[in-house]
Order: sequence, then structure tokens, then C-alpha cells
Amino acid sequence: MIDWKKYLIVFLITAGLFVTAIYLNNYFGDKKIDQLKLIQDKISIDILSSETQFSLLSELSCKNVSGSLLSGELDELGHKLDWGQNNLGATDEVSYLKKYYSLLQIKDYLLMKKISASCGVKSAFILYFYTTAENCNLCEKESLVLTSLREKYPELRVYSFDYSIDLSAVKALLTIYKIKDTELPALVLDDELLTGFHSVEELDAKILRKP
Amino acid sequence: MALIPNIIFHVLIFLSVYVQVFFLVTFLENRKKIVTRSGKIKLGNYPEVTIAVPCWNEEKTLESTVHSLLNLNYPKDKVKIFLIDDGSTDNTWNIINKFGSFPNIKIFQKENGGKYTALNLALQNTTTDFFGGFDADSIVHPEALARIMGTFEKDPAAMAVAPSVNVYDAKNFIQNAQKAEYNMGVYFKKMLAFLGAINVTPGPMTIFRKKVFDDLGPYRHGHNTEDMEIAYRMQKNRYKIEHCSDAYVYTHSPSSVRKLYKQRLRWIYGFINNTIDYHSVLFRKKYGDFAVFTLPMGIISIVSVSYLFAGIVYNLGHFIYSKILVLSTVGWNFTWKMPQFDLFFIHPRSFVLLIIFLYCLIIFAIMFGRKMTREKKIFSLNMFYFFPVFGIIAPFWLLKAVYNTIRKRKPAWR
Repeated sequence: MIDWKKYLIVFLITAGLFVTAIYLNNYFGDKKIDQLKLIQDKISIDILSSETQFSLLSELSCKNVSGSLLSGELDELGHKLDWGQNNLGATDEVSYLKKYYSLLQIKDYLLMKKISASCGVKSAFILYFYTTAENCNLCEKESLVLTSLREKYPELRVYSFDYSIDLSAVKALLTIYKIKDTELPALVLDDELLTGFHSVEELDAKILRKP
Repeated sequence: MALIPNIIFHVLIFLSVYVQVFFLVTFLENRKKIVTRSGKIKLGNYPEVTIAVPCWNEEKTLESTVHSLLNLNYPKDKVKIFLIDDGSTDNTWNIINKFGSFPNIKIFQKENGGKYTALNLALQNTTTDFFGGFDADSIVHPEALARIMGTFEKDPAAMAVAPSVNVYDAKNFIQNAQKAEYNMGVYFKKMLAFLGAINVTPGPMTIFRKKVFDDLGPYRHGHNTEDMEIAYRMQKNRYKIEHCSDAYVYTHSPSSVRKLYKQRLRWIYGFINNTIDYHSVLFRKKYGDFAVFTLPMGIISIVSVSYLFAGIVYNLGHFIYSKILVLSTVGWNFTWKMPQFDLFFIHPRSFVLLIIFLYCLIIFAIMFGRKMTREKKIFSLNMFYFFPVFGIIAPFWLLKAVYNTIRKRKPAWR
């Protein structure tokens, strides 16, 4: 009366469709990882280039120094890494890339500070420390504030660091600025440490006060 | 996504795909048996049939309904039409009276007691071997009865034959969405007929052998869905229900969201409560695919739609929260920028691929249903109205029907 064979065949077809869909999901996920790996290679080259430029700087005239070495690309890489973390899961590859990304940011920060000092380029820097290890609502709000400020001041350079990242260079920054995990989010604006949430207006005033 | 909700989500997607693949395999097995005739047919003999039209405040549509029955291409002396006024408060009785002098029309008037009581009054007065109800808001195709009786002639085991119900004169967005749904329904009903697993014998023009009622008793209230209850009862007693896909009936469909909501609330409430009443049938193999496929399929649909809807509400809430957070944090300082298109951010997740596959099978069902109902064009953009209308509103009547069942609240007829 009941054609059980048909139920089994339909089950196998459905399972086949599921496996195919999962395979396609993983296939495209791997493609994204490959793209992120390409970004990783690019980051490596950029770090090297940044370092080279850094050492050449003393011999270069300020005219030849590019005002925005990596910032645009840094932003894009940052977005893609965030997306990767949210959509592909916090895989080893993604967290590895995140470390590279943090390193590149520090390099860019040091270089831009040097350029700014040597060539008198007007720029403002913010080091921003947040955490992903626990639910940090204030970090979420602070990120929004910084995004808004970046849109308002294109010359403002914001470098974001995950407090919980296992990277000695970031740990060194945390030590230098004496940042504790209980005080997150934390901002370093021109060597001044600000902990907790700071609104657009507060940061606006501080940026405008800059010489 | 958290682990447990994620697993539930994927199990529901698996079951939903399973149901659609089951229909597709059934279609591939039986596609050659689907006949769609355009002309008249001749029967070996023309048995007498009684068609009962229960009327409750049907002054707007009744006249055209009766004329369509009078125009059936079936010997006039073999069709007995019963018009039953079920305590109407409008002009219905006067209209019924106009037909009182027709030789093959018999008229009745009674106190309002619900559709099933009107049908039972007709049953008590029926002397023919075949009996069917007909809704007073529907129009029948002239060949429908002959084709239905042809199905009985071909299959002596058939105890009831259901027609294909379509939307009459779809005008607006809501009605076109329903039209697509009815088209799809014709395809699904045919597939269920192949499985011997039909769970509704539609009110307009399902013809029964009178023996069904003699053996199983008259219509019951059936939670205001007597046409579903009788089908469940027949299935429980292994009485075969057939479907004549080219016996067309056209029904006036609700023209507004509110009316549609009320109608569907009644239907889904009926499904849930009749399934509860007949729960002893569920998964019992002696009741065939009706118990193992049709009823579980209905339950899966209700659970899936409700769960998906809860997920959508959750995500929508999350989205609104994030926007409120932006506003409360940076005020109106933010600038609206068009996000740059980057293929990197397009990622076909497995469940998205499966949902696209499901949608493709539903579109196929609508298109094949259109072919079976002899629509001029197999493809129409109007059929896409189905997705937003039913995607957005259906969860509300589903959830309300579940709520009403829990609270034991009965929905009104209209």
C-alpha cells in the first residue's frame, strides 16, 4: 500500500541535494579563504614596502611621500576580515589574517606618525581597542562613533585592535598605553588614553583642539 | 546562529525539501496519466446526481451560481439542484424563490445552523446515488460534472471525486496571489490523488457516492471545515478519493487581506483541529500515504512557516535595534552612502541554495497547475504575487490558528 522504496529514494535525493548545497557552500567558502589569502600576501608585501619606505624616508623629500599609503586598502581588508569572521566562522586562517592585519596597522601608524612629524602633514591618529572575547555593548557603540568621525574627517586614521588577539605587537601596545580589559573600549588619541565610551561630540572637540 | 536553533532550522529545511521532492517524484512517475480535455465527453450512462447549494447571505453571487449549474452539459433530468437557505438575513431567499418553479430545482428554507446542517438537510432529501455540495459563491464549468462522472465510470472504486478549483476573475494583487496558489493547489491535489492521500474534498462540486454518507454518517461541524472532516473520515475508512483535474470550478476569492486572513484562519484552524481529532491515524501505515505523508506534510508546513517567521522577526528586531543604536550613538551625524558592490560579500550559503531550489519547485508547481487549468499562458508575472502575499501574511493566520487551538477559540466563518 505504501511505497516505502519511494520514501527512501526521495530521502536519498533530498540528502544528495543537501550534500550538494553544503559542498557548494564550502567550495565558495574556500574561494573566499583563497581571496583572503591573496589579501594576506598583499599585506605581506605592503608591510615590506611600508618598512622600506620607512627606512628610505630620511633620504626622501616630503613631496615624494604618499599621504595615504595604505589607509584605503586597510579599511577594505578590515571589512573583509570582519565579514569573513562573521560568515565563514572564526577559522584559523581568518584569525591568522587578523594578526597580520593588526601588524600592518601598527606599521602604518608608526610610518604615518613619522611622515606627519617630518613633513608637517596634518593628520590625526586614533588607536582603538575593543574586545570580541565577551559581549561589549560599549565597544559596539564606540565603533559607530569612530565610523561617523572617519566619514567626517577623511584625514583621521583609526587603527582598531582586538584586545583578545594573541599577537605580541598588540600586547606591546597594550603595555605601553596601560590598557586593561576592564576599561574597554579604550582609545589612544595622540598619546592620550581615553577609556570607556566617548561620544562623537567629545572626540570631535578633542580632534578640533589639535594643533 | 546558535547551535540548536541552527539544527532545528536545517531539519525543517530538509523536511520542506523532502516534501517538494516527493511531489516531484510522484509527478515524474504519473505525468502521463494527467489528461486535460478541452471538448465534450460522452459517458456510457448518466447517473442521477443531486447538487446541494447551501446559502447564507449569498445575494450577490447566488444567481450566477445557479445559472452555471443549469448550464451543465449533463442531461437536465439527471441533475437535481437543491437550494437551501440557511437562515439568510439578506435577499437570498427571494432569489432562491425565483428558481422554485424550475423542474429540476428544489428549494428549502431553514434556521441558520451552519453549512453542514444545510448539507445534511439536502442529504436527508436525496434520492440519487450521487451527491455533491456546491458553494453559492462559485461558478462551474459546463463540462465539469460529465468529467467527474466519467471518473466514477472509469474507476468503480472511487467513492468521491474532487474538482479543480480556480479563482474566478482575479482583479487585484491579493486575488492574483490566490490565483497562483489555487493553480499550485490543482497540481498538488492531483499528486495527492495519485498517492490516494487527498485530505480535502472541496466544497464546490466534489461529488460523492451517496453510499459514503449511508456508511459513514452525515456531514459534521468539523471545526467549520466540514469538507475537510468528511475527507479525513473517508481516509480513515479507506474510501478512495479521486481528483478530476479538468473538472473546473471557479470561486470568488477574498478581495482584501482581512477577508483572506479570516478565510485562511478558518481553514488552518480546521486542519489543526481535524488532525487532532484524527490523530490516531497519524503515521499508521494501514491508512497509507494520507497518514504518513499528507498529514505530516501539513504539520511540517505549519511548524516551518512559524519557525521561519520567528527567525525573520528576530532578525528584523536585531536590524531595528542596530539602527536605533546608530541613531542614539551618533544621532543624525552619519552620512548615507551607497555600499560599494563587491562580489566578495556575495556568499551562497547552503540553506539559501536549498530555499532557492524550493522556490523553483513551487514555481514549477504553479506553472504546471496553470497548464492543467488551461490558462492561456503557462507563465505570468502575476504568479509571483504569491510569494510576498503568502510569505508575509500566512504566518499570521498560522500562528493565530495555533493560538486559537490552544485557547480553544473557534474562528468565525466570515
